[in-house]
Amino acid sequence: MIRCRMTYQKTEALRYTGNLDLQKIWERFLRRADLPVAYSQGFHPQPRIQQAAPLPLGFLSRAELADIYLDDDSLAPSDVVTALDAMPYPGIEICNVELVDLSLPSLASRVLSSEYLAEFFDPIDIGELTDRVTKLLAAPSLNRTRRDKAYDLRPLIESLEVMTSESGPALKMMLAARQSATGRPEEVLAALGFSPYDARYTRTRILLAD
Amino acid sequence: MSFDHHRLQLQLERILPTVQKPGRYVGGELNQVLKPWDSVETRVALAFPDIYDLGLPNLGLAILYQDLNARPDVLAERVYSPWTDMELAMRNNSIPLYSLESHRPVLEFDILGITLPYETLYTNALNLLDLAGIPLHAAQRTEQHPLVIAGGHACYNPETMADFIDAFAIGEGEELIHDIVIVYQAWKRSGKPRADLLLALTQVSGVHVPSLYQPGYTDDGLFTGLTPLHPLAPRKITKRIVAQLPPPPTRFIVPSIDVVHNRVAVEIMRGCTRGCRFCHAGMVNRPVRERPVAEILTAIQTALKETGYEEVALLSLSSSDYTQIVDLVDKISKHASENHLTISVPSLRIESFSIDLMDKLKGSRQGGFTLAPEAATDRMRATINKPIAAEQLLETARAIYSRGWSTIKLYFMIGHPSETMEDVQAIADLCQAVLSEGRKIIGKRASLHAGVSTFVPKPHTPFQWAPCDTPEQMQAKQELLRRELRGPGLKMTWTSPKDTLLEAWLSRGDRRMGQVIFNAWQNGAKFDAWQDQYRYDIWQAAFEAAGVDPAFYTHRQRAEDEIFPWDHINPGVRKAFLLGEYRASREQIFRADCRDSCFGCGILPTFAEIRRENPGKHWMCPEVPIRKVKKPLEAVIS
Repeated sequence: MIRCRMTYQKTEALRYTGNLDLQKIWERFLRRADLPVAYSQGFHPQPRIQQAAPLPLGFLSRAELADIYLDDDSLAPSDVVTALDAMPYPGIEICNVELVDLSLPSLASRVLSSEYLAEFFDPIDIGELTDRVTKLLAAPSLNRTRRDKAYDLRPLIESLEVMTSESGPALKMMLAARQSATGRPEEVLAALGFSPYDARYTRTRILLAD
Repeated sequence: MSFDHHRLQLQLERILPTVQKPGRYVGGELNQVLKPWDSVETRVALAFPDIYDLGLPNLGLAILYQDLNARPDVLAERVYSPWTDMELAMRNNSIPLYSLESHRPVLEFDILGITLPYETLYTNALNLLDLAGIPLHAAQRTEQHPLVIAGGHACYNPETMADFIDAFAIGEGEELIHDIVIVYQAWKRSGKPRADLLLALTQVSGVHVPSLYQPGYTDDGLFTGLTPLHPLAPRKITKRIVAQLPPPPTRFIVPSIDVVHNRVAVEIMRGCTRGCRFCHAGMVNRPVRERPVAEILTAIQTALKETGYEEVALLSLSSSDYTQIVDLVDKISKHASENHLTISVPSLRIESFSIDLMDKLKGSRQGGFTLAPEAATDRMRATINKPIAAEQLLETARAIYSRGWSTIKLYFMIGHPSETMEDVQAIADLCQAVLSEGRKIIGKRASLHAGVSTFVPKPHTPFQWAPCDTPEQMQAKQELLRRELRGPGLKMTWTSPKDTLLEAWLSRGDRRMGQVIFNAWQNGAKFDAWQDQYRYDIWQAAFEAAGVDPAFYTHRQRAEDEIFPWDHINPGVRKAFLLGEYRASREQIFRADCRDSCFGCGILPTFAEIRRENPGKHWMCPEVPIRKVKKPLEAVIS
């Protein structure tokens, strides 16, 4: 058995596909490519495909991570890429495949933070935006409620900066993504006084512990 | 062209995060076909008038989608009903109904084909037209609007929806759809008025254009028949069939979100020879035609490769009756166990042979084993013509429990003609007996689930003369069963009498129902097939406003010589045969499987030419000998 770490983009076609459904899509992607995915033991064997961190519905991503386990030790990463490229799946663009040691801890347990880009749909004043960001970062705490739970958003924001994208001003942010402490970019927009539905979100990086 | 694609994309990007399951509204799935809009002559929108989750797996539309898109001169795209949250967002933002592939408004298509597999989709069909900006009434449409056609099982009684549909496609669509497209293209090139298109369509065998007929009624409200309004409109419309089932579709669209059936579906056989007297599908889908095993296996292989699916369903009305079922299942099961595939074979008969089949598939036993006895006394079984001895059911049940299944699902139907409370009590007794067999074998783990639906006398069946139970009768029968089927290991589900009544009104309606359906839609009726959306009060008011008595359609015993609003539709099975079966049911006479002896239902005379040209065992009907050419009389004399 080998363990392949896939870096891939999740594009428009799968933008509204949630994490559970994405798992199925990976399974079908591998089946179509004739790659022998390994199955877990037990009464209901499941294909061994592990995502690093769920991507919220409606988000795009330039750098998703997943580990897939294949029952063929002779495969090199380039073989995997060739097989997947031959049977492309709409919404998944493979960027990189590398072999990682079977004994390494699970991908999900190594995730530290996620980097996002939020591009505003409507024109926005860059000076105003910069002011709001400065004020937000200066606050010692940002008490918010999500799904009826109160929490402090501020410590989850590792970095937040204004930048310009093709469509105008945008925000780039690095948010904590540990299992018990995950920041969400829509919450950051809300804390800045915007509607969470004002921007297009793209995950640009997942940061792992060494 | 007014359509602004970019604007729609921007609107959707803002709306979709606010609705449930936005993946329903974007398309872009694996295997969708997106052709350049201007590369074809004719554009067809194929609509399933309920949500994506239910519509996407529909096999009928998958066949038409594949067949139409195979033509270089046609593109076909999909349309489903938006759920209520999305509908609201679309109306608030003036977004018209659009297709999933190109996101084009339905109004820009040439043809809108709506599938109506069951009657409770009617208000949704109206809602789709409204969301698309197409006038609801066929009479109000002009050359600017798409041609609105409908097909599917519910269309065997087209009168109910006659006000809203330009043309009905009766029967099997594989060949018919191409004939319709050809007629449409010729008309479009001619630049003639819409009336000419409708008239040309009546010349296609299997197409019914309701606006070319005038219904008549007696003073008592009884239907007296349809009068053609044009000499070219045929008096009878015979359904279309294909002589041989064409190779099945394999390039299924794979949804990117969870839908009701995520699987490759292969129809192994069409039709059923058993002749259950309540069964609409069994009457209108004759003759029985099988697909060769090799063709099924090839289709499965190809479809798995195209889709990556992990489940395959073998579909038919009675899978045990497929003559090569053992061979087929043997071959599939080998492949399945090596590849983590699940194979499902619904519609198995009550016999130990069915369990052998399921055993071979080594599938999960979690879902339980489903059987459909439909009735529990010998008298009722003879009435409905579904003979299964109680002992045979118990024996099958014992085998199921002892081979690893802990749940048995039994489907029954209450409300069959002449049913008494004793017959209903027998359902409860039979369920108890089955469960106690299970207890003997696996103890308290054994469970039984009784699904009890209520009979609706359907057009073109032997029971079309029978009345429907009154709501009081339905309630009394259901109460008895609920009382008796209580306790550990027992579960019972039933159909609300109000749901049954709606199904009965809509399936037995005539053209006067059009006003009722319109009223109901106007007052907010939609998603009538959804228990939490269906509004009985709206329908009551709709009947009242239209001055139509709902009981006229449901609780009336029909005279043997009554003219039905669906008599102009010929499903191949003769009315005289159905009446004979109705009489036989009252005398409790069994009719055996018609593969063993032909009872002359009418299919062979109707399709004699087709059968003669397609001899062989794939049809379960007897062969029609090649006609000896008689010499003309003059020749003999001279």
